Amino acid sequence: MSQTLLDKVWEAHAVRTLPNGATQLLVGTHLIHEVTSPQAFGMLRDLGLKVLYPNRTFATVDHIVPTDERVEPFSDDLADAMIKALRKNCEESGITFFDLPTGKQGIVHIVGPEQGITQPGTTIACGDSHTSTHGAFGAIAFGIGTSQVRDVLATQTMALHKPKVRRINVNGKLAPGVYAKDVILHIIRKLGVNGGLGYAYEYGGTTFDAFTQEERMTVCNMSIEGGARVGYVNPDETTFEYLKGRPYSPKGGDWDAAVIRWRATASDLDASYDDVVTYNAEDIAPTVTWGINPGQAIFIHEQVPFPSDIPQKDRATAEEALAHMNLKSGEPIKGTKVDVAFLGSCTNGRLSDLQEVARHLKGRKVHQGVKAIVVPGSQGVAALAESMGLAEIFREAGFEWRGAGCSMCLGMNPDKLVGDQLCASSSNRNFKGRQGSPTGRTMLMSPIMVAAAAVTGEISDAREVFGVN
Amino acid sequence: MALEKITQVAGRGVYVPGDDLDTDRIIPARFMKCITFDGLGEFAFYDARAFAKEAGEVHPLDDKRFEGASILLSGSNFGCGSSREHAPQALYRFGIRAIVTESFAEIFFGNSITLGMPCVVASGEDIRAIAKLIESDPAAILTLDLTEKKLSIADTDFPIQIADHAHEALISGKWDAIADLLDGVNDVKECAARLPYMAT
Ligand code: SF4
Repeated sequence: MSQTLLDKVWEAHAVRTLPNGATQLLVGTHLIHEVTSPQAFGMLRDLGLKVLYPNRTFATVDHIVPTDERVEPFSDDLADAMIKALRKNCEESGITFFDLPTGKQGIVHIVGPEQGITQPGTTIACGDSHTSTHGAFGAIAFGIGTSQVRDVLATQTMALHKPKVRRINVNGKLAPGVYAKDVILHIIRKLGVNGGLGYAYEYGGTTFDAFTQEERMTVCNMSIEGGARVGYVNPDETTFEYLKGRPYSPKGGDWDAAVIRWRATASDLDASYDDVVTYNAEDIAPTVTWGINPGQAIFIHEQVPFPSDIPQKDRATAEEALAHMNLKSGEPIKGTKVDVAFLGSCTNGRLSDLQEVARHLKGRKVHQGVKAIVVPGSQGVAALAESMGLAEIFREAGFEWRGAGCSMCLGMNPDKLVGDQLCASSSNRNFKGRQGSPTGRTMLMSPIMVAAAAVTGEISDAREVFGVN
Repeated sequence: MALEKITQVAGRGVYVPGDDLDTDRIIPARFMKCITFDGLGEFAFYDARAFAKEAGEVHPLDDKRFEGASILLSGSNFGCGSSREHAPQALYRFGIRAIVTESFAEIFFGNSITLGMPCVVASGEDIRAIAKLIESDPAAILTLDLTEKKLSIADTDFPIQIADHAHEALISGKWDAIADLLDGVNDVKECAARLPYMAT
């Protein structure tokens, strides 16, 4: 019988069926960070349990690390206690920790792929909802809660129900100035923020075939914003090419065997899906959010919608969004004044994102009064960007060049919006209060659109600002 | 690990209106700087409550009339956003023991069930009707009966739904999977031995 990648990976990792009908699913790779793991280690201790496969858990520190003053102890006592707790837990359990001094620290969803830990046909779990990022390699990757982090530490498994699979095809060539970020914002806008409930999203079609590995990660990253806990792309030559030679990638003869295995995990051509939707790449334009969830998005040339034009069930949220964002229905979104430009996060904090922006930003200046920061997704990305001269381009333009971490994506470290500042952000969530200020306002967009906003001081069409056509 | 069989939750209700109430709103990230879940209760819906106060209004969770309520009612896609277990933990520690909405985000739902906090679905119309009843008599006791799949208040029954697996887990006292998972450790090792990447 023909199968999807999800079917195959599920089958290979299903340990047994639990009394309540859930599958006890083996989690081959477990990633942890400082925010959702300390309580899990505490629960483990309370139960007198040990980590079953310490060599299959990898740790990094990302959410709370300062991106400017990185010497310890951190000025924030709580943040300092969190990094120390993680360090101690990893030491005691024999878990590899990509700690600050290793040069390998970074956002967990950037570190996994960068180290070659993220591999096709595997199952991956992490106490973080953007774990779906790793699906870009043809892995089945889940965000989990802290009790499940405990379960995985103790048993390397968790209890799960198999999701349905929706195939999302995007075909054709994206217009210049339109990026993977616009594709996923478009998909969420179309399918809704809870359209993916109960589904895994399998992304495919010629647009995805042509995407780089990093572009695929940007899309898979935001699956959860559409309600889908899992999102993946079938592995192909692009995937193998990316993984070759990375620290944890198989070597020598093992490599060839792995590629054969990986290739076989892709969905069969005649696999059947619970649902299929198809979009044309040509129909997608640079997209920005106007509201307080990622589905509240419009093309850059559109106007802020009227609640009356929005389906009844979403109207109340739309009204709440307009009030919070202080935007007026019927006005163009273009021209909205911005205070802050944030370039980074596990959605768009990879080398290719910084390269693409630097290419256009070179010789331009950040608009007066705009605070612009660029936060590389990992120390690895930062080191490469520095050696390639990208950091210099950003600094010359007036961006602050920071150390690696989550930073202003969620404002758990000192990088926060102040008051009702409006931020053009390359991150993935525009929830109220997300960027550290309860009244702060976030507009999500591609990195290049963030750069355009930084340069002009207002939401702009990057194609016009940088002469892309 | 013997867990309590959760067949019924009874208590006063509180209605927090709104759709897509995300985990950042249930517990803003800045309160997640902690290494235990203790003390999270006071930060549940912190910003929303503070805003209400500033605007001279009273957030339902701060409304004296609903003090001590243990059944929370809200709109659709409740708990969307991050995987943070801090969100259900904050509500649980605030005193909430069951949640009734039009729909739940998946990770939040799973995290709540693992805490033994039932999350059940009712129609928007019923939820608003129940909210009215609570408003008119905040002392009224709501009874969530999982066996009968109904929510009762003031002699009126409202049907509720809950996914079969979660329903079964709650009423049979197996809502925390750890005991079952531990039982399977030998099978886990066999399964792992078949996967080449697990060897590294
Ligand atoms: S960058 Fe943002 S979304 Fe990604 S892991 Fe960090 S906080 Fe979460």
